[in-house]
Amino acid sequence: MTATALPETAAPAPAADRAPAGRLRLVAGRLAASRGVVVGAAVLLLLFLLAFLGPHLTPWDYATPHYGQIRRPPSAEHWFGTNGIGQDVFAQTVRGLQKSLVIGLLVAVLSTGLASLVGACAGYFGGWTDRLLMFLVDLMLIFPGFLVIAIVSPRLRGTGWLAFVLLLALFNWMITARVVRSMTRSLREREFVVAARFMGVGAFRIIWRHVLPNVSSFLIIDATIAVGGAVMSEAALSYFGFGVRAPDVSLGTLLAAGTADAPVFPWLFYFAAALLVLFVLAVNLVGDGLRDALDPTAEVGRRSARLARAARTPAGGAPADGPTDDDPGTPAARTRRSTT
Amino acid sequence: MTRYLAKRLGYYAVLLVAAVFLAYALSCAALGPRAYFEAKQPRPSAAAVDRQLTALNINDRTPVVERFATWADGLLLHADLGRTIHNTPVNEEFGRRIWVSLRLLLIGSLLGMLLGVAGGAWSAVRQYRLSDRALTLLSFVLLSTPVFLVALLLKNGAIAAKDAAGHEVIPFTGYETPNLAGGLGAHLADWGLHLLLPTLSLALGGLATYSRYQRSTMLDVLGSDYLRTAEAKGLTRNRALLKHGLRTAVIPMSTMFAYSFLGIFTGAAFTETIFGWHGMGEWFIQAVNEQDINAVVAVNLFAAVVVLAAGFLADVLHAALDPRVRY
Repeated sequence: MTATALPETAAPAPAADRAPAGRLRLVAGRLAASRGVVVGAAVLLLLFLLAFLGPHLTPWDYATPHYGQIRRPPSAEHWFGTNGIGQDVFAQTVRGLQKSLVIGLLVAVLSTGLASLVGACAGYFGGWTDRLLMFLVDLMLIFPGFLVIAIVSPRLRGTGWLAFVLLLALFNWMITARVVRSMTRSLREREFVVAARFMGVGAFRIIWRHVLPNVSSFLIIDATIAVGGAVMSEAALSYFGFGVRAPDVSLGTLLAAGTADAPVFPWLFYFAAALLVLFVLAVNLVGDGLRDALDPTAEVGRRSARLARAARTPAGGAPADGPTDDDPGTPAARTRRSTT
Repeated sequence: MTRYLAKRLGYYAVLLVAAVFLAYALSCAALGPRAYFEAKQPRPSAAAVDRQLTALNINDRTPVVERFATWADGLLLHADLGRTIHNTPVNEEFGRRIWVSLRLLLIGSLLGMLLGVAGGAWSAVRQYRLSDRALTLLSFVLLSTPVFLVALLLKNGAIAAKDAAGHEVIPFTGYETPNLAGGLGAHLADWGLHLLLPTLSLALGGLATYSRYQRSTMLDVLGSDYLRTAEAKGLTRNRALLKHGLRTAVIPMSTMFAYSFLGIFTGAAFTETIFGWHGMGEWFIQAVNEQDINAVVAVNLFAAVVVLAAGFLADVLHAALDPRVRY
């Protein structure tokens, strides 16, 4: 990653390093100027604090039932009320939030990592490697990931939630891989990559040091948005009993448990629902802001720049994968709503 | 263009065969119908279980390839999808449920796309006005809400309305009122009302996604030279926007349509289960829990065909709208 390593401070640096420092400051400035990013990041920070400090704020344990206190509404004692067997809903919710966040982060890192590996290899090597890998991508894109995960999940009973994380990641990388591939294909012909190749640098070294750093903006954005998608997928699968299982709790299992009671005992449902939407919304706000800030063709003052936009690749909501993708495989997708 | 489309169709056919085989093998590996029969009371003998499994072509002692060959043989020669674990024909259940699902899938996805394209284009033309901001906020919130949660919220809303009004205002279970009296008109109205909430759960997600992308592609087009030229040559602003702007801006949407169907299909499975529709999605969830291999494979086949059909439709749309596509 040395090619684009960004110095943390603007300390007197060799001339060669000054440009990246400028870019870092530019990006940071753009992020700080975006209201969406600031609000989103603040909400994310609060939610992380809630998820990891929350269990220590309440004397109640998320799993212990108290049969004397069943379905109590929210009060000073039980902040989010209690459920049908007297468990404290606040303790359960923060515990579920914690699990959902961890799952979301892990899935995003794993799936984006896998996507960049497959996409970069397909794009860089071309030929049969490319054809085979893209066939694999198309094949996996035919089935909604939900179907496959649901089929496999009964086998995973008893293996815990980490297997579920792997499964989610395994069915969430294909579209990103397509985009990385088409970006790599254009990078492959660039002078610095050609020069490295002629100097005898190995293929994987080139991918690691020259290709991936140059698609890192896209990968960062994609991984961010994937966190939100993964949390939604987790919730949906767990809701239908194909994901996280007891004794673990996640936002999805909480929603499943609270659904039947929602009309009469709303606290069993709406706290978890609100936290889920709030978290994904914050992630999307930050992801959208990152896209605007990291896009090298984005103009800084965006308000009066309708004309400048015309020169951009379909912007605002899209990474730089053109609508008329040159590959005759499945058409280029620029969405990532994953299994929900 | 015909050659291009024929080539795509051939590729999709290869994909379909490979995918169906994989789905079959995966279902056989993951699901355990033997355990399902062995758990029955009174417990059948091992030989009886074996006989039953073989009769249904789901015996795990037969090699997967052989079972697949038998299954594919039945499908290709007799259009027979095999038998469910309850020893009823899969075809019968399939035929009953497919229309329930297709109704929801088609109306939901088309409505979502139309609303999204219209909303996004309108939003772009009115960039940074109040309506644009409101739609942006709405789509951000909708994009952050999983489909099953949208469906649950709509259902809870309908329940609350029922409790407040004392009778069912908008139906939220099933796709028709059983034993409804009245003529065709009453039946159609009943269908429409039952469709309302499930369709809305699907369409709202589509609205959010499409409007975001449509807004940004439309913004790109709005600054283009050819649009200014069209206006300079005497077209009114609205005509130029519709004939030259929207057409170009819709092209990238056609590719999105293909992929969004993946999401829509999953969403429909959730929606069906939540609103008590006896469609393919509900059947799938039920079949996985019952270890019913043939039913699971049938739903997978349906999903693959739907997704590939959407992909092909997107290719056709793309080729028709974009004159540069002439492979």
